[in-house]
Amino acid sequence: MSTAGFNSQNGTGTGQTYANGPSQNPVALQQLPGVSYGMTNQPPYNPVQAKAPAPPGPGLYPAGLYQPIPPVSSYQPGPPPTSYPSSAGQPLLPRPPMGGHPSHTPPQSASPSPGPRMPMPPAQATPPPPSVSSSSYYPNPQQPMTPAWQYNTPTPPLGPATSISAPPMGPVANHVNPAATLAGPSLPSSASYSSAAPLPPPPNMSYSTTQPPGPGMPPTSLHGYTQPGVAPPPMNPMAPHTYQGQSNRPAYGPPPTGPTPAGPPPTMKPTSFPTGPPVANATPPPPKADAVAGNGPQATNSYNHLDNKMAGPTQPGPPGRHLGHYPSLPPGYQNTSAPHATPPIHPAMQAATQPYTQAPQPYQQPPGGPGPAQLSPSLAAMSLQSSTPEALRVVNLLQERNLLPPAPVPAPTPCLTQDLQKLNCSPEVFRSTLTSIPQTQSLLNKAKMPLGLLLHPFKDLSQLPVVTSSTIVRCRFCRTYINPFVSFLDQRRWKCNLCYRVNDVPEEFMYNPVSRSYGEPHKRPEVQNATIEFIAPSEYMLRPPQPAVYLFVLDVSHNAVETGYLNVFCQSLLDNISSLPGDSRTKVGFITFDSTIHFYNLQEGLSQPQMLIVSDIEDIFLPTPDSLLVNLNESKELVQDLLKSLPNLFEKTMETQSALGSALQAAFKLLSPTGGRMSVFQTQLPNLGVGALQSREDPNQRASAKDIQHLAPATDFYKKLALDCSSQQVAVDLFLLSAQYCDLASLGCISRYSAGSVYYYPSYHHQHNPAQVERFQKDLKRYLTRKIGFEAVMRIRCTKGLSIHTFHGNFFVRSTDLLSLPNVNPDAGFAVQMSIEENLDDMQVVSFQAALLYTSSKGERRIRVHTLCLPVVNSLSDIFAGADVQAITGLLACMAVDRSVTASLSDARDAMTNAAIDSLMSYRQSVLTIQQPGLLVPACLRLFPLYILALLKQKAFRTGTSTRLDDRVFAMLQLKYQPLAYAMLMIHPALYRVDDLTDEGALNINERTIPQPRLLQLSVEKLSREGAFLMDAGIVIYLWIGRNCHSNFLTQVLGVPNYAAVPDNLYLLPELDTAESQRTRAFIGWLRDQRPFFPSLHIIRDESQLKASFMQNMIEDRTESALSYYEFLLHLQQQISK
Amino acid sequence: MAFTFAAFCYMLALLLTAALIFFAIWHIIAFDELKTDYKNPIDQCNTLNPTVEKVKKIKRVKIALKLVLPEYLIHFFFCVMFFCAAEWLTLCLNLPLLAYHVWRYMSRPVMSCPGLYDPTTIMNADILAYCQKEGWCKLAFYLLSFFYYLYGYVEAVSSDRRAAQHGSV
Repeated sequence: MSTAGFNSQNGTGTGQTYANGPSQNPVALQQLPGVSYGMTNQPPYNPVQAKAPAPPGPGLYPAGLYQPIPPVSSYQPGPPPTSYPSSAGQPLLPRPPMGGHPSHTPPQSASPSPGPRMPMPPAQATPPPPSVSSSSYYPNPQQPMTPAWQYNTPTPPLGPATSISAPPMGPVANHVNPAATLAGPSLPSSASYSSAAPLPPPPNMSYSTTQPPGPGMPPTSLHGYTQPGVAPPPMNPMAPHTYQGQSNRPAYGPPPTGPTPAGPPPTMKPTSFPTGPPVANATPPPPKADAVAGNGPQATNSYNHLDNKMAGPTQPGPPGRHLGHYPSLPPGYQNTSAPHATPPIHPAMQAATQPYTQAPQPYQQPPGGPGPAQLSPSLAAMSLQSSTPEALRVVNLLQERNLLPPAPVPAPTPCLTQDLQKLNCSPEVFRSTLTSIPQTQSLLNKAKMPLGLLLHPFKDLSQLPVVTSSTIVRCRFCRTYINPFVSFLDQRRWKCNLCYRVNDVPEEFMYNPVSRSYGEPHKRPEVQNATIEFIAPSEYMLRPPQPAVYLFVLDVSHNAVETGYLNVFCQSLLDNISSLPGDSRTKVGFITFDSTIHFYNLQEGLSQPQMLIVSDIEDIFLPTPDSLLVNLNESKELVQDLLKSLPNLFEKTMETQSALGSALQAAFKLLSPTGGRMSVFQTQLPNLGVGALQSREDPNQRASAKDIQHLAPATDFYKKLALDCSSQQVAVDLFLLSAQYCDLASLGCISRYSAGSVYYYPSYHHQHNPAQVERFQKDLKRYLTRKIGFEAVMRIRCTKGLSIHTFHGNFFVRSTDLLSLPNVNPDAGFAVQMSIEENLDDMQVVSFQAALLYTSSKGERRIRVHTLCLPVVNSLSDIFAGADVQAITGLLACMAVDRSVTASLSDARDAMTNAAIDSLMSYRQSVLTIQQPGLLVPACLRLFPLYILALLKQKAFRTGTSTRLDDRVFAMLQLKYQPLAYAMLMIHPALYRVDDLTDEGALNINERTIPQPRLLQLSVEKLSREGAFLMDAGIVIYLWIGRNCHSNFLTQVLGVPNYAAVPDNLYLLPELDTAESQRTRAFIGWLRDQRPFFPSLHIIRDESQLKASFMQNMIEDRTESALSYYEFLLHLQQQISK
Repeated sequence: MAFTFAAFCYMLALLLTAALIFFAIWHIIAFDELKTDYKNPIDQCNTLNPTVEKVKKIKRVKIALKLVLPEYLIHFFFCVMFFCAAEWLTLCLNLPLLAYHVWRYMSRPVMSCPGLYDPTTIMNADILAYCQKEGWCKLAFYLLSFFYYLYGYVEAVSSDRRAAQHGSV
């Protein structure tokens, strides 16, 4: 897009607006609570648009318009900058703007947590001048398009000038946003702003003061919303901070171990102090707030904390906190109470030379208390010699049982200097198993921990800076995108942080749209945000961006009709048909199949849908290739007719066979010219034609089988088809609704290699299983309306010396570092195993960059770039201190899934146990200076054995318990495909006591109070007959009612008089108007809102059938076939001390 | 008679081994290309664009991967020939490789068509490294056996000649 941004520098442009400016100052941002709404990929937000209609001079205008000019990027940070600090789920922040701008929420940006999940209909989102859509690629007028694409320019060209290096120094105010540009001068200046104009401006946009005049401005004024006179008021206050922040920047290179002595900029203080230990721990902190507070273990903070600790022994603080955790524990816990009385001797007190001697001390730090755990990295950074970092505090697992933190475990913070850490990628998006990277492979081998990354690259983000630029600045050699961790040698040159070669700074990069200043490339948004999105110019496309294409392939055999899913599906699609992500080019199509394939001609002009039956399933062909996939807008009524009649059409069918393979082939043929998404609904084992499968499961062997067979696919038909799909940019999502064995191991390949997703609803039935029906409905709604990226590829680059070993997830690996993702969806996670090929000797930090290139549902090519920076260390103790136990568990789970398919399940189980043994043994031998009896682990790995045990008892890997093969395979698929946060819940469910919920420490989101009970260990001894307990296991939530549960809870929450009256198959809490009921429902609703899929709720009592599955999640207990936690620890200890 | 069956076998093996060496080199190149693909600075950002060069390369890689079965068959073929010619020592030297081939083909991933490499797992660093190593080892083996066959051929021919000379004398 064309903007000679620097012109403003040249003084001509009066208020040349880099409208989106202020956002870049994180400090300032932090002060502005709250705007957590929608991200930016929204054209109307683009502040730059406002400028379009304001040509400085008629003569010049066209020049700006048509773009020949080297453009500076117009940076559109989407939502006003203020949203910066407010991570999505920020409970603390009410989100007023959300309400204010409902129509603003871009369809793609499902707000991550409690916000409305559904994308808004695109049409409302952007009310732009329709006249713009002259180009076929952009039928959607709302697209801010980049005029740079030649084919797109509707107007005659000034423009072949593609050379970027020749910046027009003219006074042109060409900050012209493409969309606006196309709209041309005919629009009043306010027009381009019109999307925003009718709506109240977000209250806390920092430039809101200047905004009102905006719309009313005469077309002659040059800038969007910054009045000429008023020019930079909003910016000014922030400028100093920015500078401050920047002044630290040079500290960039220095080793992570030195916290900036200067301390954080003054503004940090208010935020960091509250996180100090006493405050943070006094009340059980809400997990989210916690995470935020924790994210910035700032130097000051840690000093502070340290001081506290120094004062330690006599301070009531820590012990108090400690005790604070216990009241809910049943008495009789081995060594919990006694030791507490003794005053804690903090590690800091220990002599420097014996950092680890305090190991056996009975004093327990509050397990996982937010303070110390997060401080550790900065403590470590301060001085490893003088004190033991909290993460390395030695814990004897055999003595300390109560290790679970009261709230979900936060991700450890890499031990980087504060400046770097502030810029680093969010752990929700990009996380490493070792937050400190070992210098050599041999060191890594010694540590015996897996090195890998866990990514959630397309996560719905509440705020995401979007940059429109004609040239995307990348390293000339390794093609790395410029990122916050590059270093600027001087104003004209930057050094790539991945290959260490020096590049020139392009001319237009010199202009900083944020501060509207020239010559400060290091303050550009690209260099200030670790997660950023670029609108890609035409060099990034092989073909014009594809439209959104959705094809639904529905099983209509007798079995399928019996389950009654068709009704739900058709209804859901009818309800959401206008919120399918897409633009005016969106296409849909339907195929149904039993023993034959039925196509539906939905061509515009027909009075009703036409069904075409192809019975030759061996040699499938498309009866009318042109009219089967139709434009949704043009044929909407026909589609709706079809959806209304479809359930009745097959009501009486007696056809029991299923020719899934042929249907998939037909669907592939239909989609291959465009690419798109294929959603397959299947209810039984395909038994006809190509891809027919046989039942391989022997139900009697489920429990007794020594080793589980048939985890690998029976045929490569589905895999080959998936690869064909992948090459044609078609992704296949599989919905499996079946009571019988369906051979998911074979069927799943179709999604696995085409980057689709698998949904499995065992025993789905519209009457017998209402909980599944509800889950299916909710999942479908999310599925249909969530953001989607088409024809995507993801490349992961890393600093020279590191290399990618294996990928995990759903995709096809095209090259050693390139994943082909026909579709990418916001709920997909990936894992990557890394290896160290060359020593990272003289590096302080290494970086990883994941770049996801995709076509948005609006037909824009976009690149989302995440960059993660991690320190390099050369001692084992530092490696252990930086271990991220959850990420390690997640990665091990992925590796174990691979192992159980290629080798055997028992092999995989052994490998997991060995992983725990090896790493703890390595810790004991190499890090611990003093050997003691017991199972000694560093504090950061204290949950490792528990998680490993949980994995061994997970549905995917358990043995000895009757597990249906499909259930097991599905669990395996999920472990590989779910983002870490959700996978962890599957591995180690969360248990809460809910009969005594209080508002103490509750979160407050959207005027709702969400109680925050503490996490309990997964052991029956935590249950009591007097209580009610909620177990959150990812895709299912159990509410267990004790036999002697308080009648108060029964009546106020469940609405039944006594225990006996609790119905057997209750899956819904009645909406009672009592405080208890509201609290419980708010809590469950909050849990559900935190994930993109819908966990069904099962209320169970002692007699319920589901009690068994509830009890199987009691990981710490002994079962017939598996060790209890304590036994497992003993086993580990025995192996380690061998 | 100057040209025994054994000599013929050696000569055939010599020629075929030359072909196998060629296959092995192709194999090595193919895997190296797979591995170093990302280092190619030419394919810039547009990873989606299969430029002409890339297509060519992909084809070459594919061909190389298809050569697996012919390679195995050729090797099997001259093992049989040596068996018929009663060249026991030569056969013994080749048996381990033959066994390896059989094992390798038996343990290939589930596939409906002949082939050894699964495109979905080939990019795994372990498998890639294994295949590369396999390529180098085979190359070495074939090179050595090439010279051995050359020696064997000369030996067979000259021993014939000697025998013939002795006979004539």
